[in-house]
Amino acid sequence: MKSKMTTAIDIRDVVKTFGEVTALHGVSLGIADNAFFTLLGPSGCGKTTLLRLIAGFEDVTSGEIRLFGESIARLEPNRRPVNTVFQHYALFPHMSVIDNVAFGLKMQGMDLPARTARAGQMLEMVHLSDYADRLPAQLSGGQQQRVALARALAPAPKVLLLDEPLSALDLKLRQAMRVELKQLQEDTGITFIFVTHDQEEALTMSDRIAVMSAGQVQQVGSAQEIYEAPVNLFVADFIGETNLLQVEVHEVREGRATVTLPGGHRFACPSAPVAPGRHALSIRPERVTITPGADLSATVDRVVYLGSDLQVLVRLADGSPFTIRLQNAARTEVPGPGTRIGLHLEEGAARLLAD
Amino acid sequence: MAGGDTSWRPLARPLLIPAWLVIGIFALLPVLLMAVYSFLTKEFRGGVIWDFTLTAYDQFFITRGLFGDEAAQVEWTYITIFGLSILQAGICTALCLIVGFPTAWFIATRPARTRAVWLFLITIPYWVNLLIRTVSLKFLIRDNGPLNEGLMSIGLIDGPLPLVNTNLAVQLGLFYSYLPFMVLPIYAAVERYNFALSEAAADLYASRWTTLREIVLPVVRPGIVAGCILVFVPALGAFLAPDLLGGAKTFMIGSLIEEQFKGSQGNWPFGAAVSMILLSLVLMALLIYARAAAREGER
Repeated sequence: MKSKMTTAIDIRDVVKTFGEVTALHGVSLGIADNAFFTLLGPSGCGKTTLLRLIAGFEDVTSGEIRLFGESIARLEPNRRPVNTVFQHYALFPHMSVIDNVAFGLKMQGMDLPARTARAGQMLEMVHLSDYADRLPAQLSGGQQQRVALARALAPAPKVLLLDEPLSALDLKLRQAMRVELKQLQEDTGITFIFVTHDQEEALTMSDRIAVMSAGQVQQVGSAQEIYEAPVNLFVADFIGETNLLQVEVHEVREGRATVTLPGGHRFACPSAPVAPGRHALSIRPERVTITPGADLSATVDRVVYLGSDLQVLVRLADGSPFTIRLQNAARTEVPGPGTRIGLHLEEGAARLLAD
Repeated sequence: MAGGDTSWRPLARPLLIPAWLVIGIFALLPVLLMAVYSFLTKEFRGGVIWDFTLTAYDQFFITRGLFGDEAAQVEWTYITIFGLSILQAGICTALCLIVGFPTAWFIATRPARTRAVWLFLITIPYWVNLLIRTVSLKFLIRDNGPLNEGLMSIGLIDGPLPLVNTNLAVQLGLFYSYLPFMVLPIYAAVERYNFALSEAAADLYASRWTTLREIVLPVVRPGIVAGCILVFVPALGAFLAPDLLGGAKTFMIGSLIEEQFKGSQGNWPFGAAVSMILLSLVLMALLIYARAAAREGER
């Protein structure tokens, strides 16, 4: 689908400070054209600040932001060919839906018939043609969300910025919008930069994800890469559910480490480049199977019913808590509390992390 | 509220009684009294005789010469006073808006903690009685007052500027008296303004000026309208500033009404009639505005 890998946004060594507080510590990122790119991280990690710097609502303290090779870091927001979908939509309350959507076109100097036609098309695209003459306050949250999308897409920006646009919607709507957003991005071919703290949202929609924490980019990669090969403790812990065990590392060679698991079993697994010593081993709960005489032995504490899945909470030989996820299939045998079981780590289940 | 606790409902009516009493006694009754008085005959030492007549209104609008023996003509004296008062109050409202809007904007955009301080500073002078403040203003701007002396001492002017007893002085007094009534409602509106709207406008290629005109002003308009009404209406009826700062040269509706109720020279029915005419004008203006706003709201 991606014919050529042009860089839409090139962020170089961007630092942003607010008084004494440093929000971004020298962030560098390349965002490919025509991609769905997500900035993912907990609140306060600097993802929204980065988005606002790209939009131009804040000035960079130092560093460079390029849009298709042209520096935009010093441009006023109204001179940047990027548009934003705001977290709480920020629809103009005194304007009808169609006037909201046509606002950017009007500012660009498009005449009334042309912009009415274009705004009409945008409303059709988000299935809101019947609501053109309503005021924003007369729409539901989900509908306002679509108006905000149509308004930001109407001037055909080179890059669309989305600041946690789904966070105010209820779960069902949020899940439906995920699919729609992804579809919209593919149909329009516009680069989407999507900010979220919701890892599920990030994993389902993104071509690439930048995981951020404490004003720094921790890892950039596809959903699969950051989930299956997290580079450090933060990423492994933040993305998905995981078991973190402190283990003794004997040797690391060619990306594989030999470690001692609790209970004494020696085990080899993929590894970040770390020195021997004690490090965190991440084990994904869904890649563990229950088999007698395996890598780890454990005692079942309790079983939590999650509908499609079962969560088995166990204790390892050294007493540390550990979680396993089983599919709730008809043939699944569920061990009762107190049962001693053996755990087998499948290929790719475990990964040794940098601190 | 739907489906909420409705157990208070039977209490609603009794609880509203005090409000109705206050409105009845302090708002409706005086206006009614005024309306009745305006149709009575004047008693020469002040007060009224219970004789129904239209004399007061006739005196306002129509003249029949000095001795009442000429053909009826339109009496322009009072209409002119009304016109000038409306002009003064209008200028005052415009000035208050020009100064008050940036002030309110400035305060509303300060950090939450300093906002209270700024608001307090704005309201401090208004803890002093309006009469005292108006008199003080007169002392400030009179010929040998600090303003003129100061300007002369730095050599900007040779003789004192004749400020007291001019329309300018009245305007200054009105402006000073009513400025906070403009600042406070606009402040309240700007404080609630969602600044993400300005960002959204800038994001959609609007310049700062366009953002102010197309987004900010329409959104905070209720505050601006409230401020304009709160300044215009009392400025129109003001009598302290014209009396103390305007001298005999300027005469506003407020002073005209005040004269009618003062001492033995007064004419209560005429004062009441002037008040009723003023009230009708103001109500009409508000009604027209409310209609226009409602029509816009339907859109």
